[in-house]
Amino acid sequence: MNPSVDAIPLSYYLGVSAILFAIGVAGVLTRRNAIVVFMCIELMLNSVNLTLVGFSAFLGSTNGQILVFFVMAVAAAETAIGLAIIIAVFRNKQTINIDEINIMKW
Amino acid sequence: MNVEVVFFSIVSIVAIASALMMITRRNPIVGVLFLIVNFFCLSVLYLFLHAQFIAIVQILVYAGAIMVLFLFVIMLLNLGDEEKLAEKRSYRRILAYALTAVILFQIMIGIAMPVGLNPFILTARASEIGTVEYIGRSLYTEYLFPFEITSLLLLAAIVGVIVLAKKKFQ
Repeated sequence: MNPSVDAIPLSYYLGVSAILFAIGVAGVLTRRNAIVVFMCIELMLNSVNLTLVGFSAFLGSTNGQILVFFVMAVAAAETAIGLAIIIAVFRNKQTINIDEINIMKW
Repeated sequence: MNVEVVFFSIVSIVAIASALMMITRRNPIVGVLFLIVNFFCLSVLYLFLHAQFIAIVQILVYAGAIMVLFLFVIMLLNLGDEEKLAEKRSYRRILAYALTAVILFQIMIGIAMPVGLNPFILTARASEIGTVEYIGRSLYTEYLFPFEITSLLLLAAIVGVIVLAKKKFQ
């Protein structure tokens, strides 16, 4: 085995993925615009995808990439439904500030 | 220093910087454009891992389809009062960043733990398993049932979106 073939270890990918996930968490917690919160959720999904592809490549198994494929399909469905809900909420309340959308709050 | 490490560092820094810009910019359209930059960087990282199929699908599905949907909805709603959406209470913001730091710390501890594989050498099969042919074969044999369920999920999403976005329920 020649280590110089691929000089980037797995932990670099995992580190980038962890930082992107944390940025996504910070965005979800700090932003009040529902669309931006959705974008941060997409960012978190993508960071986990990077982890899956990294492990898939380093384990030599295709399962991780298949899972990424399914995550992308679910993310597409989730985005479409979520944006439709945002449009429906905006039509009723004239706002997408998540602090003002609290009719389901106990 | 290895040229590959330099290139990886540049792409990673651009990805992290664009993600930071995305959560800090007030205008959501600017945020969408930075998120597209981030998705392109992730696609390059997938290419580093020899996952060609996932890299292309990333650009097609995320940067191409999902972000267009986001832009469409932002422009459809046409929010005039961006300033009112800004977070005012600072104690909440501090709490949020503290929570984020705790989560990042926990994940970093997880990364530092030893894993049951050689984390320095990409397996020789890595460039083979990323191809469309290999993933397609796996998708249509081993994962055929989940693949069909995904099509049902997308159908349910299509019907749900039309019902939700319709003007009135009849």
